[in-house]
Amino acid sequence: MTFKMIKTGTSHFRAMKISSMVLVLLIPLFLFTIAPIVGEKREIILAKLEQPIYALIVALTFTVGLLHFKSGVQVLIEDYVHGSMSKVWINITIALSYLLIGLTLFALTKILL
Amino acid sequence: MSTSKSNQRPLSPHLSVYKWQLHAITSILTRITGNALIVGVILFVSWLLAAATSDASFRAVNAIISSWFGKLILIGSLWALWYHTLAGIRHLIWDHAVWLDIRKSRLLGWSVVIGSFALTFLTVLFL
Repeated sequence: MTFKMIKTGTSHFRAMKISSMVLVLLIPLFLFTIAPIVGEKREIILAKLEQPIYALIVALTFTVGLLHFKSGVQVLIEDYVHGSMSKVWINITIALSYLLIGLTLFALTKILL
Repeated sequence: MSTSKSNQRPLSPHLSVYKWQLHAITSILTRITGNALIVGVILFVSWLLAAATSDASFRAVNAIISSWFGKLILIGSLWALWYHTLAGIRHLIWDHAVWLDIRKSRLLGWSVVIGSFALTFLTVLFL
């Protein structure tokens, strides 16, 4: 998909539209439940995230959010980076998005186990 | 440097020929906030990983987010998140081909700007 940016406009639009609709619900949920523990002591953070519902909110927000970022940053690069370097940058940001999703899920699993 | 005419055509986003007004500024801010949020995301994931790992690593990352620089990134990310969310809702509205006339789209633009600051202020105040 990365190396064939033509004929993917509709699926890209759908990916952005669906993820953005999910995020409109997830972002306030994340901010109201998880944001308050940022800056707190480690015990408080672990006690909160050991509850599966809060771990799920973080997992969903960061998975959907980073997939939304992956598609969004692709358009940014296509617009401003010209030539063969655009593919390189798009692949770097795709890798970064997947890495951050993986690290988020790893950290949450580690806390839950 | 080539001076041929074909090389002097303006490139997207036509910054040199574009008049800055509310719609242009709120549009580019949507892109800037959305992409800049990666900084806050990296900081949050580092913090989460550190909390999951050990007391020592948590202390190190907590020191970063408690510093004035860390707080600046967190508050900035909070505003960017609200801004990008409201601007995203604006796009979801526009996708239905409504509220595109000048008066209503200007109202939407100001709602996004003022709403993002108001929601950031309320989030910091109450959370």
